[in-house]
Amino acid sequence: MSKFHITTTVNGEAVEYLCDPKQTLLDVLRDELNLTGSKEGCSSGDCGACSVTLDGRLVCSCLVLGVEMQGRSVETIENMAQGEKLHPLQQKFLEAAALQCGFCTPGFLVAAKALLEKNPNPTESEARYWLAGNLCRCTGYDKIIRAVLETAADMRGSK
Amino acid sequence: MAGYEDKSFKWIGTRPVRPDGVDKVTGRANYGADMKLPGQLTGRILRSPHAHAKILSIDTSKAEKLPGVKAVITGKDFPEMHNGVLPGDEGVNFHYLSCNIMARNKVLYDGHAVAAVAAASAAIAEEALALIEVKYEVLPHVIDVDLALKPGAPLLHDDIFTTGVTPKPEKPSNTVQRIQMQLGDPDAAFKDADVVVERSFKTKAVHQGYIEPHAVVAEWSEDGQCRIWCSSQGHFMVRTLTARLLQMEVAQVRVIPAEIGGGFGGKTIIFIEPTAVLLARKAKRPVRIVMSRDEVFRGTGPAPGTSIDVKIGAKKDGMLVAATGEFRYQAGAFPGSPVGAACMAAFGPYALSHVRVVGYEAVTNRPLCYSYRAPGAPLSSFAVESVMDEIAQKLNLDPMDLRIKNGSKEGTQMVYGPKLKAVGNLECLKAIQNHPINKIPLGPNQGRGLAAGFWFNLGGQSSAVVNIAEDGTANIMTGSPDIGGSRASMALMAAEVLGIDYSKVRPIVGDTSAVGFCEITHGSRVTFATGMAIIQAAEDVVLQCRQRVAKMWEVDVEAVKWEDGHARPAGANAGDQKPLSLAQIAAKAARTGGPLVGSAAINAGGPGPAFGVHICDVEVDPETGHVTVLRYVAAQDAGKAIHPSYVEGQIQGGVAQGVGWALNEEYIYGEDGRLQNSGFLDYRIPVASDLPMIDAIILEVPNPGHPFGVRGVGEVPIVPPLGAIANAVARATGARMTDLPLTPPKIRAAIDAKK
Amino acid sequence: MAHIVLGDEFGRQFTGGQTHFDLDVRDVRHLIRTLEGMFPGIGEQLEAGAIAIDNEIIPDPWLNPIQPNSEVFFLPPIKGGK
Ligand code: FES
Ligand code: FES
Repeated sequence: MSKFHITTTVNGEAVEYLCDPKQTLLDVLRDELNLTGSKEGCSSGDCGACSVTLDGRLVCSCLVLGVEMQGRSVETIENMAQGEKLHPLQQKFLEAAALQCGFCTPGFLVAAKALLEKNPNPTESEARYWLAGNLCRCTGYDKIIRAVLETAADMRGSK
Repeated sequence: MAGYEDKSFKWIGTRPVRPDGVDKVTGRANYGADMKLPGQLTGRILRSPHAHAKILSIDTSKAEKLPGVKAVITGKDFPEMHNGVLPGDEGVNFHYLSCNIMARNKVLYDGHAVAAVAAASAAIAEEALALIEVKYEVLPHVIDVDLALKPGAPLLHDDIFTTGVTPKPEKPSNTVQRIQMQLGDPDAAFKDADVVVERSFKTKAVHQGYIEPHAVVAEWSEDGQCRIWCSSQGHFMVRTLTARLLQMEVAQVRVIPAEIGGGFGGKTIIFIEPTAVLLARKAKRPVRIVMSRDEVFRGTGPAPGTSIDVKIGAKKDGMLVAATGEFRYQAGAFPGSPVGAACMAAFGPYALSHVRVVGYEAVTNRPLCYSYRAPGAPLSSFAVESVMDEIAQKLNLDPMDLRIKNGSKEGTQMVYGPKLKAVGNLECLKAIQNHPINKIPLGPNQGRGLAAGFWFNLGGQSSAVVNIAEDGTANIMTGSPDIGGSRASMALMAAEVLGIDYSKVRPIVGDTSAVGFCEITHGSRVTFATGMAIIQAAEDVVLQCRQRVAKMWEVDVEAVKWEDGHARPAGANAGDQKPLSLAQIAAKAARTGGPLVGSAAINAGGPGPAFGVHICDVEVDPETGHVTVLRYVAAQDAGKAIHPSYVEGQIQGGVAQGVGWALNEEYIYGEDGRLQNSGFLDYRIPVASDLPMIDAIILEVPNPGHPFGVRGVGEVPIVPPLGAIANAVARATGARMTDLPLTPPKIRAAIDAKK
Repeated sequence: MAHIVLGDEFGRQFTGGQTHFDLDVRDVRHLIRTLEGMFPGIGEQLEAGAIAIDNEIIPDPWLNPIQPNSEVFFLPPIKGGK
């Protein structure tokens, strides 16, 4: 199988890679670029563990092909903290114990950040529906939803 | 052991950020599939498409010739194991375990592994699988437990002879065992009952549904040693089982734990590790196997489906007089259903003088049924709690009053023999009774359901090491995988005993060559048993510190006490010495006897059972049969909550899983015996929009068997939800359903049948 | 003498139905040896399970002392999930 040469932007940096046409963006991130923060829970778009933003839009990276990435821009969990400072969502997840095993956490954080960028003041039910594409089997979602709503309030307050 | 009960705690019961937290919110934490070694190959497993078939031949020659394929293995590559359980086997039949990991003469379920390849890329490995030719002779199969128990059912094994029946059967069958336990004489006692309710129930197999699929990297070296990186609920378990199956010495196998992305019991046994080792040995390169979600559903260890009869008799005033239960549990393709625990736990919340439980276990053409949180108990509890609710309705009693009247407490004799020590059952019932949820009026099509649950909890073997650095900070290590925040609990307990700041304690999970043996993370045992090892290891350090300081001060060790992280004179005769901090003592360690290292290796008894009581409100849409959970409150006795946030998290997570079990989740098989819903789209676990906030109430009735009073908390929260939801739906619709899950079509049919 | 209770299972398989015994035993090891002497083959089975001595469940019993007035139950093994 011949490989494709792709030039793209990952977390603000220009990146080149070779990928075969079957590889997903998630495969490329994890296997070719060693960005293993995005997780694979299903590879069918059902769990959200692989959530990234692609040109600013929240997507499941397991549903995007590596070859589709030419000239585009992807942001992953690895770029969420700015320097030594965690993103307010990351900080709140820690303080609110919004993770247990932590496997779903990168996906939830990426998805929640996308939510708050679009809607800085979500209701509980808006947050629950926005995050309904992210599965968590450990927490029962209670502490995750609280963490997202509290972060939203904090971020509105600090603006 | 020192009595800590009366002491006020500095760290225990606080909610600091967990030590492994930052790695997990930044994506830095390494799970099973994140490991990558130089030269690593991709392993893939070929699985049976048939529920039951003889393997006539396997031809791997074409796959082997494909460029990029480095190894192909089949059942022939696995050593043959003794069929039976020998002393020292810890109850494991290694023949069955080996046959489950790679089929030999027969495949016993859709998804049973038949061959594996290691190749330079995932694409080549996939291609190679397609080139392996397996010839099958398809056999009749059996999926349902009641059918499997019947004489004349398709036979899975010719070496299973039912135990627990007399006379001993001469013919093999699918019935693995019959068990029975009894108190008093229930048959006679039923005659005194004013009301008797008897019902039959059916439940479907469900999966633990951890989001992280099983993953392993194995490396083999020419001197016969191997290293395994994997996520599991017990890397010592992985080491022992892998070594035994591959006929290696245990110390030649080193298992390095990855972060684990959920397990809930499903990662307390191995499925792919020996396969990865054999591939690595053959290929002479490291091999990584990561299961797909489809493989997780088809080829791991889901919880069994069941068929249950429960009968309870009561006096007019609600006093229970007798109860019986027959619990028929699937075992999957090999023996191992949790029917024993199910029988023992079924009536746990109630004091009964006349009770009998009977259990049957039958092998079926399904993946091996394995542990899922409080194994077996949610199902037997669902049946019992449903019948209890009906008794309350028949007698026109408040379901809470009925439960409090009959609630088990200290001194209650359990059907399995012993009497309960101090437990929190009544405390949980009363906490729910007094909860404001009871005052909220219910609207049309709404119902309120109540259920109680019981689980034993386990103790067992654990080891721990506490190393004090020269500046007085501490590294603590155990061999128990951290599955839900246990490193935080370990650090809190060590900080409490040492008297130093939580932030000065760094906990890690050590690999099998670095730390002493720890049993698997199951039975809610880690905070209890491994925590006890940490406490003792920290106490060991404290004792050493007092000894060192006694030397410095030239007094007896009794004259030195430990308080707030300092050695202080215990009384006037120790002289007028200035307190010495752990850091000051550590700085002098070289001159007073060398490094400060505390250790403990224990087999912890007295885990203390856990009780939980749940109440919930649901609304049923009469048009669609869809159930919305409006409110959920769960009260549980934690003994002592070390880190309350993670105790709440365990409760909330267990509730969510239980709600899924009650309403949505089921293994669906076709007529052909193939699993039809092996993905998260069709096997739907609850998502955020399916659930309300879950109010978790922690009660603390100290466990007399633990220095801080800790009880295991991880399992009992999944026991009551099935009954609580079913009872709420029954009250909302006026129709009692006995067949889980309560899917919209079933609910609609039940509502229609009532009209 | 300590009071010993076996599950019905053991009664059927080994003891001809008797499940309650009063025995003079020092510790679990001694108890299992004593029962093995009475019912050959039972010892191995008894060792596979857990024991409750005076209502305290002990996972891998062997050297645990048994008092003259103790109550001892043999339990089937329990698997956990979390
Ligand atoms: S891995 Fe992409 S949605 Fe599950
Ligand atoms: S924390 Fe484990 S899946 Fe969400």
